[in-house]
Amino acid sequence: MNPAPYPHAARMSLRDVSVEFDGQMALRNVSFDVDAGTLMGVVGPNGAGKSTLFNAIAGLLPVRRGKVTLHRVDRKGGALAYVPQRESVNWRFPVTAMDVVMMGRCCRLGWCRRPGKRDRELVDACLYRVGLWDHRSALMTELSGGQRQRVFVARALTQEASVLLLDEAFSGVDAGAQEGLVEVLQTVRNEGRIVLLATHDLTNLAGRFDQVLCLNRHVCACGPPDEVFTSEVMEQLYGAHGVRLTIDGEGGKRR
Amino acid sequence: MIEFFVAPLEYGFMVRALIGSVLVGVMCPLVGAYVVTRNLAFMGDALAHAVLPGMVLGFIVGINPAIAAVPTGVAVAVLVRIVSRRAGFSTDTSIGILFAAMFALGLAMLSLSTTIRVDMEDLLLGQLLAISPTDIYVSLGITVMVILGLFALHHWLLFASFDPVGSQVVGARANIVDYVLLVMLALVIVIGIQAAGVILVMAMLVTPAATAYLLVRRFVSMMMAAAAIGTAAAVTGLYISYHFNLPPGPAMTLVASGIFALAISFKRRVPA
Repeated sequence: MNPAPYPHAARMSLRDVSVEFDGQMALRNVSFDVDAGTLMGVVGPNGAGKSTLFNAIAGLLPVRRGKVTLHRVDRKGGALAYVPQRESVNWRFPVTAMDVVMMGRCCRLGWCRRPGKRDRELVDACLYRVGLWDHRSALMTELSGGQRQRVFVARALTQEASVLLLDEAFSGVDAGAQEGLVEVLQTVRNEGRIVLLATHDLTNLAGRFDQVLCLNRHVCACGPPDEVFTSEVMEQLYGAHGVRLTIDGEGGKRR
Repeated sequence: MIEFFVAPLEYGFMVRALIGSVLVGVMCPLVGAYVVTRNLAFMGDALAHAVLPGMVLGFIVGINPAIAAVPTGVAVAVLVRIVSRRAGFSTDTSIGILFAAMFALGLAMLSLSTTIRVDMEDLLLGQLLAISPTDIYVSLGITVMVILGLFALHHWLLFASFDPVGSQVVGARANIVDYVLLVMLALVIVIGIQAAGVILVMAMLVTPAATAYLLVRRFVSMMMAAAAIGTAAAVTGLYISYHFNLPPGPAMTLVASGIFALAISFKRRVPA
């Protein structure tokens, strides 16, 4: 049931990356490296720049300074898969789980070719792998939050992506289903793919990631979970954010 | 009973009108399925009004107004996206600006031109019964182009419609696909205007597809059901207009709306 071959040797490297969003510097001097076969959690409060970071890696936002390098990743060839936030998906569009997973074949098929037997087999195999074979004919709106995320992971697999970016993947997903999603992502990581998952709420699953990137407009810490979650980093992440808001508020009053 | 269906077809204009209504009944709802699921109804309405200057120009220089309307529709569809991007407005705002501006331009051209006498009512309400063989050929040409486009880009259209951000990451194609969809929308509106006019073309674009959305689950089935409902409404409307001496555009619209009213009384769809 192993999907098609993919390059195992992808590597991601960001050097002093600064990105502007809505006229403000949303990210400053972000540097980190991710090796093949890494499951990385990107944590930080709302507005910390997690989505901006993913958009910059995915090429949706221009990088103001610095450099994003994806070694051996053919972006246009579908090697980079992006699972968007819930809000940016058009849920009114009536597609089944199978339809969505088939979308992953688009970039492999090119313009006018229709999916063939191999494509359909791959779609079946990937749905089976994420445990949704029985739900293949269900509309996306009929699936739970966790099941929807797993459909998107299956789509990334049919796309034969070597880098997966999941933005706010835990929002609307209950604790049990979060666990299930992380388990699926661990098997995906075991095949040498890079998986980055952004979340604003620190769950007790943080320990299940290989690496954690703590982000609050800059990198507060990056490394294995047991090393990065120190009280200083936590204050920088959530405390510092709170302090900054308070200062802004006082500034407003003085004026 | 057979007489009811066959008698009108003794007239050449009714045969052409029947072909025209089938083309409208199939093509508008096929693209309309995307209009309904991607919230493009206002865009459709705007395109229908915005092609007016193209049609008037067609009358002035003596080319088929349907052919002249195509580039105007396409230009407006593209302009809407460019204006939205440059100004940072929502698409609705730029549609509002361009729609009124283009329609006003058409009206101004119409009243300034002394050489043509076009019945405003024909433009607004359609002239299915006066459809010429050239109009039919233009509609057939557009039908072939749009069906090929829908077929060839089917998977990309699904991807870009369901997950606009995810599809953009995979390639620039998603952007191109959005433009192509707008071009196809402009094209079927041109067919629709001939039959139902600037105002009622919306009934063919939105109503059958909205009815299908209530009745079936998957998008592909929705397209098929929408085309079937649209054809039924268009052809029934044409016969009603012949036998009860009504203009065909409103007759078609009323039939399509009646089918929708029936569907919504018996079915409901859980909001997404």
